[in-house]
Amino acid sequence: MKNPPATGQSISRIEGPLKVTGAAKYSGEYNVPGLLYGYVVNSTITKGKIIKIYTEEIKALPGVIDVFSHENRPSTAWFDMKYADMDAPPGSPFRPLHDAEIRYNGQPIALIVAETFELARYAASIISVDYEKEIFDTDLRSHFGDGREPETGMASLLKPPPPEPTGYFETAYAAAKYKASGEFYHGTEHHNPMELFTTTTLYEGKGKLSIYDKTQGTVNCQLYVANVFGLRFKDVKVISPFVGGAFGSGLRPQYQLFLSVMAALELKRHVRVTLDRSQMFTFGHRPPTLQRTRFAADADGMVTALNHTAFAETSRFEDYTEVVVNWSPKLYPAAHTLLDYKLVPLDVFSPMDMRAPGGSTGMHAIESTLDELAYQLKMDPLDLRLKNYTMIDITVNLPYSSKELKECYLKGAEKFGWANRAPEPRSMKRGHKLVGYGMATGIWDAMQAPARAEAAMTRDGKLHVKSAVTDIGTGTFTVMTQIAADELGLPVADVIFSYGDSKLPFAPIQGGSMTTSTVGTAIRAAGKALRKKLLRVAKRMKDSPLGKAELEEVIFQNGYIILKDNPQAAVSFADIINDGHHGLPLKTTNTGVPNMAKLNKYSRAAHSAVFVEVEVDEELGVINVTRALTAVAAGKIINPKTSRSQILGSMVWGISKALREETILDNQLGKYMNQNLGEYHIPVHADIHDLDVMFIEENDEHINELGIKGLGEIGLVGVAPAITNAIFHATGKRLNQLPVHFDMLL
Amino acid sequence: MNSELDLKPAAVFTSKTRQITLNINGISRGLEVLPYVTLLDALREYLDLTGTKKGCDHGQCGACTVICDDKRILSCLSLAVAKDGAEITTIEGVSTGNDLHPLQQAFIDHDAFQCGYCTPGQICSAIGMLSEGKAKTRADVKELMSGNLCRCGANMSIIDAIMEVKDGGGHE
Repeated sequence: MKNPPATGQSISRIEGPLKVTGAAKYSGEYNVPGLLYGYVVNSTITKGKIIKIYTEEIKALPGVIDVFSHENRPSTAWFDMKYADMDAPPGSPFRPLHDAEIRYNGQPIALIVAETFELARYAASIISVDYEKEIFDTDLRSHFGDGREPETGMASLLKPPPPEPTGYFETAYAAAKYKASGEFYHGTEHHNPMELFTTTTLYEGKGKLSIYDKTQGTVNCQLYVANVFGLRFKDVKVISPFVGGAFGSGLRPQYQLFLSVMAALELKRHVRVTLDRSQMFTFGHRPPTLQRTRFAADADGMVTALNHTAFAETSRFEDYTEVVVNWSPKLYPAAHTLLDYKLVPLDVFSPMDMRAPGGSTGMHAIESTLDELAYQLKMDPLDLRLKNYTMIDITVNLPYSSKELKECYLKGAEKFGWANRAPEPRSMKRGHKLVGYGMATGIWDAMQAPARAEAAMTRDGKLHVKSAVTDIGTGTFTVMTQIAADELGLPVADVIFSYGDSKLPFAPIQGGSMTTSTVGTAIRAAGKALRKKLLRVAKRMKDSPLGKAELEEVIFQNGYIILKDNPQAAVSFADIINDGHHGLPLKTTNTGVPNMAKLNKYSRAAHSAVFVEVEVDEELGVINVTRALTAVAAGKIINPKTSRSQILGSMVWGISKALREETILDNQLGKYMNQNLGEYHIPVHADIHDLDVMFIEENDEHINELGIKGLGEIGLVGVAPAITNAIFHATGKRLNQLPVHFDMLL
Repeated sequence: MNSELDLKPAAVFTSKTRQITLNINGISRGLEVLPYVTLLDALREYLDLTGTKKGCDHGQCGACTVICDDKRILSCLSLAVAKDGAEITTIEGVSTGNDLHPLQQAFIDHDAFQCGYCTPGQICSAIGMLSEGKAKTRADVKELMSGNLCRCGANMSIIDAIMEVKDGGGHE
């Protein structure tokens, strides 16, 4: 009667019925009597000063409650530190309505609060503002070569600067017979989750707030609000059980949170502030980045020299950085390496993490250059990668904790039919269309942070587990329920997981593919502590059949503690609570921390191999990704069903990155020109064809007790270069600018 | 965002509210709204039917799709007053109690969503699309569903779910 472990099973999302019936409530969907609506007014200039905001005629409109700007906003915290959130880069965080200075186009400059949404929006559309304009610069491409070193800070812990040079790159490169190089550019991208950023702040009296916010970190927003507005932590509750996508955009508190809370506190009313779609382009984005690569190999295909330089955009007020150039020697251990990463501060808002930040940028350049090197060597691109395969990360001189990338290459290639690829470009056709096969590698750090979790057994024999973590669509709710179920040997139906609320035990922001390892480890710690407590109480019960059994001598299964040696000797969890604990829940709260002493002996990463087929119609300039396969090695897969969706979603993101999405900046105006979903192109259903996902078994005994590496980013990293490599194979054209536009083929 | 419309505030905002009736999910709902309130905002803000989602408010994403007089429409591009007397089905009315509509069940089975925000629109759009009867092939379904965006990238699973219901003849 032993039930199989819940982890490893393809369980449908537990919240599925709520999402398909419309019952799942997102942050803008908590309607209360007397709710006021805030609408943001944004700067129409890029740099300069506000001279005057004409608020009087707006305030005179019947139904307008107030207009907030830098002139009349309440005073908030004085020091930068108070505005820093868990994802803040070094610098001075942006403060909404702080002063008259305009730092970027679209900066929020006022909030209109009215009795109806329509009135607030209308008032925002007619408000007049006088500005004094200043000269600005938003053009990254005019700065190739003149970036500066980034400031370092707390963020550098997770985003290390490039490793020091090794060997003699210039000499080695000059002497090498086989070389490939490239210059790469990708434009700005905006996260554009389907849900608009919204905060509904309920004013609960006496300075207490209940805040429904769209975020990837309930505790992060709680700390931010308490610090900025000088409130007590326990008076600020941030609730976010359903998040309509985020992809990094919710890692930092966005300005609608500040504005909603400010208005609620000032007016002592409930206030909702919702950004419109164009305003979704007025905070963080993936920074446009220029890159240059020069790789060399010997005649056998061993990579000998690697040079990778990047120039990335940041704002004037924060040094947002990404890990763009560190990856190539981790995969291809060359003796001579020269890696450099520079920032170019411009008059834009600070960039921010967007799915696979840095990795998807850098690996595009690396994997494209490696592909070119394979053609120079007249070697199969897959063989070149196998030739340079390493189990040691030379950048830190440590072995990988596990690395089944070779199996990804081999099994992926076999299933995809890579062997059917004719080596020459332009050699494969289907009808009048050119066909190309391309492949690329993906790599992403496997990270873990500390977190806490509560586990409680109640008199009905159910396990209640709690964490402040969010579920941004990643399947966290379901996966955590599965992990908790296995801790007590219960079926999933007997586990109730509570999440998405800052009053629950601490969880860090949900990002970087580290949520499952982070919160899962905390749940495991709480589960272990609860097992001990249950056994201790069970042994104290009158005539306990468990006698003096130690933890190792019993099993927890199907709601019972059972003696291993005598399965007849068993006590149910319900009886333990009812008879041994007066019916009161048995609770424990524990911390899960990464075992750094162990982890520091290894380099830790998830890997993928991506294989893509494209069809190119040269006459029409149409590129279609007809099929793609991603083979992933990311440790233990807790739920293959939701995990597959994570990877499929990333593959769609890769297609989008390669062929569709870009925010176009007009450098004359300093303004993004396509701030809507009609002109910011993402793939539609008709663009997506045959996508396949393989999970390669990977047992990692070092990474964490659960053997988990995380999946949020790894699926994206290798997709765009696999597509551009396939386009090269189809057409003979090496297109290094993303997204690839049709006209580049003509 | 603020445009440069030259409208006199008073002229617009002294419009009178209109009394309308919307038949939503089989229930007649009387409502007093200003003429410029969209059907989407009427549902979400005035009737607390928040299952219908706002993703762009410009008819570009499909998240607000509802079924109105047997046709799928974008509720963000419809004024509530223009739908006076109409029969409207929102995601809340697609099924009753625990008996899910076959498409709802297929979406769960195929994991055809992640964040779930586009899902009500996808399902309402799929119901409308299937009853239109124009889609013969998978390619047709993809094309005719392409007005509904999904940023999580669940596209393939969404089409799989719809195809299962279409081929199974499970829709009304």
